[in-house]
Amino acid sequence: MIAANAAKAAIPGTPVHEEPVAERRIEPAHKPILYLEEVTVSFDGFRALNALTLYIDEGELRCIIGPNGAGKTTMMDVITGKTRPDKGTIYFGQTLDLLELDEPAIAEAGICRKFQKPSVFEKQTVFENLELAMRTDKRVRPTLFARLTGEQRDAIHEVLETVGLTAHRDRRAGELSHGQKQWLEIGMLLMQEPKLLLVDEPVAGMTHQETERTAELLLSLEGKHSVVVVEHDMEFVRSIARKVTVLHEGSVLTEGRMDEVQNDPRVIEVYLGA
Amino acid sequence: MAFSLLRKSAVDVPFLAVLAVITVLVPLANLALPESSPLHLSTYTVTLVGKYLTYALLALAVDLVWGYCGILSLGHGAFFALGGYAMGMYLMRQIGERGVYGNPVLPDFMVFLNWQELPWYWYGFDHFWFSLLVVALAPGLLAYVFGWLAFRSRVTGVYLSIITQALTYALMLAFFRNEMGFGGNNGLTDFKDILGFNLQSDSTRAALFAASAIALMGAYAASRLVVESKLGRVVAAIRDAENRVRFLGYRVEQFKLWVFVFSAVLAGIAGALYVPQVGIINPSEFSPLNSLEIVVWVAVGGRGTLYGAVVGAVLVNYAKTVFTGVLPEMWLFALGAIFVLVTLLLPEGLTGFWRRKEQAA
Repeated sequence: MIAANAAKAAIPGTPVHEEPVAERRIEPAHKPILYLEEVTVSFDGFRALNALTLYIDEGELRCIIGPNGAGKTTMMDVITGKTRPDKGTIYFGQTLDLLELDEPAIAEAGICRKFQKPSVFEKQTVFENLELAMRTDKRVRPTLFARLTGEQRDAIHEVLETVGLTAHRDRRAGELSHGQKQWLEIGMLLMQEPKLLLVDEPVAGMTHQETERTAELLLSLEGKHSVVVVEHDMEFVRSIARKVTVLHEGSVLTEGRMDEVQNDPRVIEVYLGA
Repeated sequence: MAFSLLRKSAVDVPFLAVLAVITVLVPLANLALPESSPLHLSTYTVTLVGKYLTYALLALAVDLVWGYCGILSLGHGAFFALGGYAMGMYLMRQIGERGVYGNPVLPDFMVFLNWQELPWYWYGFDHFWFSLLVVALAPGLLAYVFGWLAFRSRVTGVYLSIITQALTYALMLAFFRNEMGFGGNNGLTDFKDILGFNLQSDSTRAALFAASAIALMGAYAASRLVVESKLGRVVAAIRDAENRVRFLGYRVEQFKLWVFVFSAVLAGIAGALYVPQVGIINPSEFSPLNSLEIVVWVAVGGRGTLYGAVVGAVLVNYAKTVFTGVLPEMWLFALGAIFVLVTLLLPEGLTGFWRRKEQAA
């Protein structure tokens, strides 16, 4: 299943690279897109990440779980450039060293992040929120003179459709419900045409229906983008996860299918503190 | 959705129309009507309102950075003063031999200090075009260097406000020094004429008034275009969720810097129009208190609207004129009271209050 999805992602839709087609063909389907190796981050002696090694495949939907303080949010911070690791390497694809880039450059390279707390521009409309997020030249001067093309308008409408906010396009984002704000933010990530989406606790505070809708949304992204979801809600994780990584004290405790992970005695110990 | 008449963009046309009418009528009422006419405006009034208009332009500049970008600058008086000094230097050079000491090149205060020649940084100020260039460049450059350092280090919030206060305070101390070559304590004054026109004449005063009104209209229109552009919306987004903007791939520092420099240039132009009308520029214009007052104007009028800043600046300064005429020593208390009351009762300022009433109706 995963292999099929990953392979699908590698062929159509992706931008055409300069490299010879033959070389791309012989690559295994399980090509990782994100490499974290031996990443260590300490805050005042506390090791938030402890030699964390993790690979995310192209087109994969991965769930990351772990008790509080396991380093989930710190992991997102180091990937997106908000926090610098003390040690370790982070590569996006084979050649892009993320430690050399700052936040906007990492975003431009195709890694987008959804914050834990819904983070949208409340005073602007849903449409405008998506417009600001859109992948385009984001330097000062082009932004000053930017005009929406018909194509861009279509792209925004497509994302509005995907996240189910078409009916709300002209409302201010601040007037949306909590769940709708979360979807809007996911929509903003999609506007950036990301290769990798990092989604931090997307269903926290959502109603049951909203949670289900979010699960559908994230599943629909699988194959087109790599998606990493950090979540506490086990029910939700079970409903979307193909592969689950359990973090504990800043490193990977175990990795595998949800039912395997759940029956792992080490995971039970960490979660129940037995 | 039934939006009120006072929706931001709906205000622009009447607002600019009123300014345009004032631009024509005020000078006419002063120059064309006989003094016996009840509609005659004295030159004193024309200059006073002209001064308000330059304050309004300054308030507009502060609203751009504070109301739209969330940068509470408590040092915008410095950019205003720099623009004012650049204009003052031109006016000083126009005095020529008519100074007390009759030196054709050196301003009086330099003769008084026994200086033998004009310092290099006074070169070029005998040309009007050069002075205008410096009016924009000096505040713009200072804002660029200061903003580059501050925004790159991600200094925000109250810390940024404090260093803007420190900036203007440091400049005030520097300009107080005679060795700086800007007239020290007394600043620059005793101006005679501008572009060959006598500064004391009614027609020059009326022309300066019209220039101030036109500059305000131009700056207002330009600012409206900026805040309604995509850049303006990015800037408003920075105000509301800076990190989100950064993770969307915008270089937040550069956007802040652009707005800050643009705003500083507007403040400099305001200062340059202010100085020929009041006839003096001295280091007290750099005083931190002045910069705080600008923020009060904007808060009273309502920030993040542009027109609110203009309304606030004119109203508060009119109140100041009236108050300082009656109870001069009480003005600062009154100003403080206005600020506290507006903050508590009208968090969106007077224009925000009107907007709400309009919407409720």
